[in-house]
Amino acid sequence: MSTRASKSGIFFATALLLVYGWFAMSPAHAQEKVLRAVMHADVRTLDPIWTTQTIAAIHGLMVYDTLFSSDINLKPQPQMVDTWTVSPDRKVYTFKLRDGLKFHDGSPVTAKDVVASMNRWGKRDSAGKQLMSYTTSLVAKDSKTFEWTMREPYGLLIDTLAKSASSIPFVMREKEAMVDAFVQITEVVGSGPFMFKRDEWVPGSKTVYVKFKDYVPRKEPASGHAGGKVVKVDRVEFLWMSDPQTAQAALAAGEIDYLEAPALDFLPILKATPGIKIETHPAMGTAGILQLNHLHPPFNNVKARQAMYYLINNADYVNTISPDKSLQKLCFSYFGCGVAMENDTGSEPYKGPKNIAKAEQLFKEAGYKGEPITILHGTDHPYINPANLVMIQQLRKAKFLNLDVQAMDWGSVVSRRAKKETPAQGGWNIFITGTNVVASSSPITHTQIGMGCEKAWFGWPCDKRLEDLRKEWAFAPDLEARKKVMVELSKRAYDQVPYIPFGQWSNPVAYRSDRLSGVQMMPAVPPMWNIEKK
Amino acid sequence: MTAYIARRLLATIPVMVFVALFVFLLLHLTPGDPAALIAGDDATPEAIAGIRQKLGLDRPIWEQFGTFVMNLMRGDLGTSIFSGLPVTTLVAQRLEPTIVLAVSTLAVAIVFAVPMGVLAAWKARTAIDRVVMGFSVLGFALPVFLIGYLLIYVFAIQLRWLPVQGYRPLEQGIDQTARSIVLPAFALGMAYMALIARMTRASMLEVLSQDYIRTARAKGVATIVVLLRHALKNAAVPIVTVIGIGLTLLISGVVITETVFNIPGLGRLTVDAILKRDYPIIQGLIIIFAGVKVLVNLLIDISYVFFDPRIRY
Repeated sequence: MSTRASKSGIFFATALLLVYGWFAMSPAHAQEKVLRAVMHADVRTLDPIWTTQTIAAIHGLMVYDTLFSSDINLKPQPQMVDTWTVSPDRKVYTFKLRDGLKFHDGSPVTAKDVVASMNRWGKRDSAGKQLMSYTTSLVAKDSKTFEWTMREPYGLLIDTLAKSASSIPFVMREKEAMVDAFVQITEVVGSGPFMFKRDEWVPGSKTVYVKFKDYVPRKEPASGHAGGKVVKVDRVEFLWMSDPQTAQAALAAGEIDYLEAPALDFLPILKATPGIKIETHPAMGTAGILQLNHLHPPFNNVKARQAMYYLINNADYVNTISPDKSLQKLCFSYFGCGVAMENDTGSEPYKGPKNIAKAEQLFKEAGYKGEPITILHGTDHPYINPANLVMIQQLRKAKFLNLDVQAMDWGSVVSRRAKKETPAQGGWNIFITGTNVVASSSPITHTQIGMGCEKAWFGWPCDKRLEDLRKEWAFAPDLEARKKVMVELSKRAYDQVPYIPFGQWSNPVAYRSDRLSGVQMMPAVPPMWNIEKK
Repeated sequence: MTAYIARRLLATIPVMVFVALFVFLLLHLTPGDPAALIAGDDATPEAIAGIRQKLGLDRPIWEQFGTFVMNLMRGDLGTSIFSGLPVTTLVAQRLEPTIVLAVSTLAVAIVFAVPMGVLAAWKARTAIDRVVMGFSVLGFALPVFLIGYLLIYVFAIQLRWLPVQGYRPLEQGIDQTARSIVLPAFALGMAYMALIARMTRASMLEVLSQDYIRTARAKGVATIVVLLRHALKNAAVPIVTVIGIGLTLLISGVVITETVFNIPGLGRLTVDAILKRDYPIIQGLIIIFAGVKVLVNLLIDISYVFFDPRIRY
């Protein structure tokens, strides 16, 4: 080979090696402990107050902190709050923040940040709005002390601040908290145990958090959302996989560590895979809602709504959605089962045998003459679609009903259910959805139970008595008193039928127990601290 | 040639204007409310209305269109309603995996399909021809997700040679990228292999029946030279057309492959945006895809010159 050729050869070989070497360089974080989790949705919005989406609350729990938190038994515990006092008349609460609380930009957390954050949250969250409606003032007394004054002795202040489902009252910097509550914040600077890595965020694919080294955890052991939030990994990656089969295979192959919501029909495969654990929390899960439109016939008449109890068979829904009996509950409580406020008083017509003749009689008494009943059938949702199919099958047995089933994607359902026009003008009569059990376990946080007429959720149920009972529950002095009110609440709900509850099923978590320890189970919003990875 | 290119580029302007208008109207006149999807299932109607108003979605449609056009003229494709990120940023994040997958898929397809098509044409009406065409039918008939799951089961789960899912960017090493793209490229490449093989065969058969091929054979030219130098080059025009169409389709979205293999490409971005009614992303992407289509068509047309000297612009 000539000298020139050999020189060229050496040059190109060196260039190739350099190029390869550059591409082959591993980024520094390959040596870190990285927890890879696939959650039930992707993190697309970063403002957990602007949206009620649970995934936004999960993101919020990573980067923000709260004044109080719920422990594993869903009991409120102090988190950012160090000490507090309550006036004898139970109207004035004075809170003092813990030492050492800092935002991710290094600035200290102050009472002014808290006040602004609570005001913003109180404009959007239903429990927060309720709380603020009884609030006379909320002021910062000094840099670490703030005072919350109620006009009446509202007993749910701390419980509300310890909310464990969306929207959680996160504490933001005053700068973000002053942003209009109907506008999304643009900066994510919290004081929580993790920091958000905006430069690595790919919406719809990956969201990255790193340990906040200056976070000062409480000294108590971790318990649910409460206790010490000790982060034991360097980095957490939320990966979004829209195909449940791929997510399941990735967990089985060890490419991910944690799968928040495995498809229920894959659970037998995951259970049989060595190194994988399936775990759940008693209050973890979804409560089915068959929503009726109270504005238009036939369901503007309570008899037609009550007639549905004789047509809807609860068991068919849970058997279809969650065949694993250990994960399903034939729940007849409007406020969830396996929770403190579980109560099914008044459910006898629903629990009893189905009776098409009785249903027909009630529909007749309601004035039903065979008008089309428009059903918004969401076809692209993992449990809403099968629930719709079960409902349609059940209702078709009642030949007197004229069903107008309109299939559409969930986005179209969400858009159309907001219409108050008659079904013939683009409105609706029935749609199916669900809510997480913990959110429905309190009459205050349970959005769908509200019967506030124009101010109610979609369907616009209207009953003053039920609304009065919700308020009575909120002002009950203790747990026993609340349970007594629940009996009346349940009875009234079964009488007035804000919607039809069609059962409850668990959504367990699956994770690699051969490499993860310290995984905390919490309904709705799973915490990522305390998890150790081998 | 320059004048031709200039004329073609100028002709894209009315096309793009039409696309922009069409997609805007289509999105805003079909059912869906991004504000409701943003607010979440537990939001009250009042909260949704508040978000809608702040996002400007309650403004008259002509006013929204005006804002859209003004931004477009400044090269601003808008901002995602959900994430608040510019559409161009979201597209840029997904460009590398999309291009790598597209190029890899076509490379796999061409490497296998062109020789298959040539072989099938050379051995037309023999058992070899039937085998190749049978494979082609299979490639069309089998859904890509089925092929994908089978490949994952064999190579990722059983043999553990390759990862189940995900895309490793080039900065992590070409070998890592290659490992992550092999299975999706083959899964997706099957259908393109089938298409390109059939097109190659059909085109080659037509060329092989020409007089100059008979002359070349009569002169004693080696078969391989006849096939590759004389026949394939002359048969290339329709093959290149199909490859170009394939490239456009691959760039504009192979959502099933991206979903099965968890590749963060433009296909998934498009479908996710449609399901969430993220109007700016949908509008921006359709305009980009239209532009890509026009550009690729132009490049294909220009490439004909290299294969067929009779073609002049």
